[in-house]
Amino acid sequence: MSIQEFLQHLANGTSLGSLYALIAIGYTLVYGILRLINFAHGEIFMLGAYIAYYGIFFTPLPWWLVFILASVLTGLIGLLLEKIAYKPLRNSPRITILISAIGASFLFQNLGILIFSGRPKAFPAPAFLNGVLNIGGVSVGTISLIIPVVTIILLVLLTFIIQKTKTGMAMRALSKDYEAASLMGIDINKVISFTFFIGSFLAAVGGIMWGIKYLQLVPHMGVMPGLKCFIAAVIGGIGNITGAVIGGFILGLGEIMLIAFLPTLTGYRDAFAFILLILILLVKPTGLMGEKIAEKV
Amino acid sequence: MKDNKIIKYIICVVVAIIAMIFLNFVLDSYKVRVLNLCFIYIILGLSMNLINGFTGLFSLGHAGFMAIGAYTVAILTMTPEMKEMNYYMKPMVSFLQQINMPFIVALIIGGLLAALFGFLIGAPVLKLTDDYLAIATLGFSEIIRVVIINLQSVTNGALGLKGIPQKTNQFFVKLLRDIFGISLSHSINLLWAGIGAIITIVFMFLLMKGSYGKAFKAIREDEIAARSMGVNLFKHKVMSFTIGSFLAGIGGGLLAVSLGTIDPTLFKFSLTWNIILIVVLGGMGNINGTIISAIVVTIAMEALRFLDEPLNLGFIQTPALPGLRMVVFSIILMTVIIFKKDNVLKSTLVKVRGRYAKN
Repeated sequence: MSIQEFLQHLANGTSLGSLYALIAIGYTLVYGILRLINFAHGEIFMLGAYIAYYGIFFTPLPWWLVFILASVLTGLIGLLLEKIAYKPLRNSPRITILISAIGASFLFQNLGILIFSGRPKAFPAPAFLNGVLNIGGVSVGTISLIIPVVTIILLVLLTFIIQKTKTGMAMRALSKDYEAASLMGIDINKVISFTFFIGSFLAAVGGIMWGIKYLQLVPHMGVMPGLKCFIAAVIGGIGNITGAVIGGFILGLGEIMLIAFLPTLTGYRDAFAFILLILILLVKPTGLMGEKIAEKV
Repeated sequence: MKDNKIIKYIICVVVAIIAMIFLNFVLDSYKVRVLNLCFIYIILGLSMNLINGFTGLFSLGHAGFMAIGAYTVAILTMTPEMKEMNYYMKPMVSFLQQINMPFIVALIIGGLLAALFGFLIGAPVLKLTDDYLAIATLGFSEIIRVVIINLQSVTNGALGLKGIPQKTNQFFVKLLRDIFGISLSHSINLLWAGIGAIITIVFMFLLMKGSYGKAFKAIREDEIAARSMGVNLFKHKVMSFTIGSFLAGIGGGLLAVSLGTIDPTLFKFSLTWNIILIVVLGGMGNINGTIISAIVVTIAMEALRFLDEPLNLGFIQTPALPGLRMVVFSIILMTVIIFKKDNVLKSTLVKVRGRYAKN
């Protein structure tokens, strides 16, 4: 393998890793606060891409505005999802709420088939985003360079929100101790809604960039990325944002490099993430950056 | 008194078997197929209820174990000529190519193989707690699917297997033709799945009555309390998981024979979802509920197929709506989960009974 090829794979892996990181953050935020795997997160990602698709086709707005509005709208859908499907079950056993999440995921998928039709749709990306740059013999799609940049900007913003604002402080408090935080006068519902909004917003941004990169939308496009990003969150230590980002990059780079170095294993690409998950869970169940939580009696 | 009860149960089982033989001849081929599917889903629902409902382990790996059972049965029962026709992209491993076994042996091997995988997977994974267990088992079922797609010389990869010999009622057909002169139109035999379902139901009742069942329930209610009462958590969890995988393998094998064609896309997560739907509607940890909801859901899934087709509502004609059927089922599941939380069937039955039977 020449150095050019390697750099090309590296760029691809980084952009895939950034996408995974964006989606994984949504999982990790929600899990940190509610201790819930939001199974429908992959479908939120899918919805984001589809809303942007319809926005470009049916509104006269410029593409960047459509992308922003689509992300906000998807964020609101995520917020509604929590209100309808998870909030009534907050005090039930965890299995119940998990089943509700799986049900929501299937509902979105089938609604997607019903409304958007099962046939693949070509994402109408602005032309310059689909260009190919040639840097010193390495040809890389423009979008593969833009994705990491957007991801880093969003991550900086997110870190600012969580570390410096009052809502962020409330989020951190909730994930440390749910009950104590509610006793301190934190409006739990508001914070949870905000968390779902942010997570879904990021997933939608990821979905739109996914659409630009892979140019194809199908209603079940969110399933595999959804599962893989949950795995990324687990690998990094669920509940930890830095961990989710690291996990996303490990998964994205690992997947691309696996195919690059061992082309015979291409068919096993989707299994790679799951094997990694099981290994991590067996060796270090709390993930790379997670804290050990003692079992309370 | 106790003898009386046992006799009652035996009579029930005998009546059920006679009814099955009877239905096998009376119903047309489509209805027999649906009924057959009902029995298979009873087995699958109970096996998932054992793991999820009774032991409280949230496993999402059912489709994987079913795939193991289905592929084992298919590979072991297909004739060498049939295999040659199927494996045109890549020839099959010659050892497997020659194998041809009677159905019942293949089915049991399929179940045992699924159980072996369940044991191997369960031993490490069952140390995890609920959400992690869910995602790890889901991961395993996906890995099994990916392996099936890629092991082309054994499983025929993404092409799937066609022409799995369906278990016909040749014996009865011959008997009928020779003695009574009646000929049958359809080829599926209800008895395999039916007897499988009856054995599963009886087994589940006995298991849940015994000390193992009590230990499973104790683990579900409170792991720490169960452990301090001397229940070996790990042993019981692995046991429940292995038995559940065995039954899932049997169900998968029966499904393969009933469909006649299998391919890897059949064993996606949506198959597990169907079984979750049955278990949730029937009530977690409720054997009777699972049986009833398996029958209701299977028949409803078939009966509501018209939803996917163009609808004529009298005043408005809608185009074909693929996906509407599953939307309806998703909404039912969500509504049940959100509003009733648990044991829907049981509580409604109690209500109905309270209204109409004054005792």
